[in-house]
Amino acid sequence: MSEKHPITIDNDGKSLWKFLISELKPKGKWLTPFNIISIPIILLGLVLIVIRFWKGIGAITNLTQEVPWGLWIGFDVVTGVAFAGGAYVLTFMVYILNMKKYHSIVRVTVLNGFLAYVFYAGALLLDLGRPWNVINPIIGNNFGVNSVLFLVAWHFLLYMIAQLIEFSPAIAEWLGTRHIHKILSGMTVGAVIFGITLSTLHQSGLGALYLMAKEKIHPLWYSEFIPIMFFVSSIFAGLSMVIFEGSISDKVFFWQISEKNHKAQGGIICGLAKICAGTMFAYFFLQVLVFIHGRHWDLLNTPMGYWYLLEMLGFVFLPMALFYYSYRRNSILLIRIAAIITMLGIILNRLNVTVIGFRWDAAIRYVPSWMELVVTLTVIFTEIWIFRWVINRMPVLRDSPSWTKENKN
Amino acid sequence: MGINRRGFFKVLGITGAALTVGRELKAAPNGNSDIEFRGVLYDSARCKGCRGCEYDCAEANGLPLPEPGQKIPMVRNTSEVKRTVVNEYKTSKGTVFIKKQCMHCNEPACVAACLTQAMHKTTIGPVIWRGDKCMGCRYCMVSCPFDIPKFEFHSANPKIEKCDMCFNRLKTGEMPACAANCPNDALFYGTRRQLIKEARKRIVENPTLYVDSLYGEHEAGGTCWLYLSPVSFKELGIKTDIQKASYPALTKGFLYSVPSVFVLFPALLLGIHQATKKDKPTTEEE
Repeated sequence: MSEKHPITIDNDGKSLWKFLISELKPKGKWLTPFNIISIPIILLGLVLIVIRFWKGIGAITNLTQEVPWGLWIGFDVVTGVAFAGGAYVLTFMVYILNMKKYHSIVRVTVLNGFLAYVFYAGALLLDLGRPWNVINPIIGNNFGVNSVLFLVAWHFLLYMIAQLIEFSPAIAEWLGTRHIHKILSGMTVGAVIFGITLSTLHQSGLGALYLMAKEKIHPLWYSEFIPIMFFVSSIFAGLSMVIFEGSISDKVFFWQISEKNHKAQGGIICGLAKICAGTMFAYFFLQVLVFIHGRHWDLLNTPMGYWYLLEMLGFVFLPMALFYYSYRRNSILLIRIAAIITMLGIILNRLNVTVIGFRWDAAIRYVPSWMELVVTLTVIFTEIWIFRWVINRMPVLRDSPSWTKENKN
Repeated sequence: MGINRRGFFKVLGITGAALTVGRELKAAPNGNSDIEFRGVLYDSARCKGCRGCEYDCAEANGLPLPEPGQKIPMVRNTSEVKRTVVNEYKTSKGTVFIKKQCMHCNEPACVAACLTQAMHKTTIGPVIWRGDKCMGCRYCMVSCPFDIPKFEFHSANPKIEKCDMCFNRLKTGEMPACAANCPNDALFYGTRRQLIKEARKRIVENPTLYVDSLYGEHEAGGTCWLYLSPVSFKELGIKTDIQKASYPALTKGFLYSVPSVFVLFPALLLGIHQATKKDKPTTEEE
């Protein structure tokens, strides 16, 4: 496999530049269905972003003084980061618990996680009214240390660095820099340990952001346990994303995946389904406990109560049962369906806390504008473009070049 | 190699732990109880709804003057161009006016929320906004239980607008513009201690006029603005579901767990990693 690769010798500066320029050019066909859909949306999104910085956030969003955080925070950041949770769960399994079986999907998951953080944290910049001051909490003496958002911002930044280190051996293999590859590979476990710690704290931190909005969030979704709920649900949210993304990569990038790894796929997916079923059971149980302690029985028989029941039964309990059933039956198709329902459930849950249940009693309800939606799609599509670019060039899905094995000794 | 790496992790862990402990221990809300905050006692039984305070506020802060007219049309809210409003309510005791502005909490949620210290609780009481630090994330708006900070959604250089109790005037020994000019003596400026004493005195001297309750004494952990009213505060559209404890206390538990996680997790993870790996040290397996 590695013979296909253009450079496996050490580079001097000049040839590296030539190599990079040649790699920047697109590979493969241009008029794929994905390109035809995504290019106009990305162009439109860019125009909208220009308008946003020119005329203000209100020019393209429906945000109100009562609901100052909308789709861009509730979906792009809070939901996106939950889906990116697969990276810390898988690195935990592979590097800490030494489960070799899952090694072949670690790289693509870490890449996915890293790009998710870069783009969703990038989307955060679009939502900042005064983005030029974004460096204030990072440098200088303006540390708002008692803010949960301060913690989350720092953790985003540090976790992106940790993920970049975890992924960096693939970049070194792409560039063919053997010496650097050895150094970067040696840093992996450190980055993994640091990354898991950071993930635990900021996955729950995203929930803790909403703790002070006590009276503003519908009581069925507000509890002091939001951070724990967000953390536990990020485990199966991330793994469902891994299953979903894996089934797409399997088709789109099939030519990159070696025979051995392709055959291992079924076992990996079944294993992940087991973990999903287990954590979802724990999550469902926690939710039931919180509900009983909250004593909100009367709220169940309201429209918001039905909505809550739909989320809990239709998008937590049902996919949990489906995961359990399908791994017993060894049915990859059913596992994939369960993963998709789980992901929809996570979107529902995060939006219920951040948008739908937030100021549910407000006179003027916030409903995102079509322009907010287009910008969100722009962020997602651009991320997929970069993802595809990297997959087509670096050894992410395909096996590492043979020299990496010699490097170890 | 193994020993070196272990040493590296030790240093990494200790440094990381030290950094986070050092950072997070400061995360507790400051115990402000000894400081004399200044504030204003608003007596809605005395307020005649002349809206003079709205004009004075707009003038003092360079905001557009409110539309003239003696009659108050409907319940209005503060906005990015109005730091204070006076509303009229038909109540069980006839027409009562109620002024709305920032309450200047003793332990403000917006200040605890701010990650750049742009929202700042000054030592003399006012909660102020500092544009040179603010990055416009609007977390203060999400956190404020009174929904007070307002954001200029239609500006490329947006500001957060809220009452700052005329902090610049206070520094020169003056009163807030609204309190200085109120023709009906409905706004009484002083230290929070004086305000509570005065409010109690008014309630005792005139028990039929006032309800025996001082809004802001305990709400949200206590606020610098205090309200007296002839009718229950619910009738005046004031939020009565505000908790008595301070709002930053809600995130305290989470923030206090951070240093423990930062110390325990890496040690635990490193331990499991060492326990599960094979004798031959390899990092990038296979």
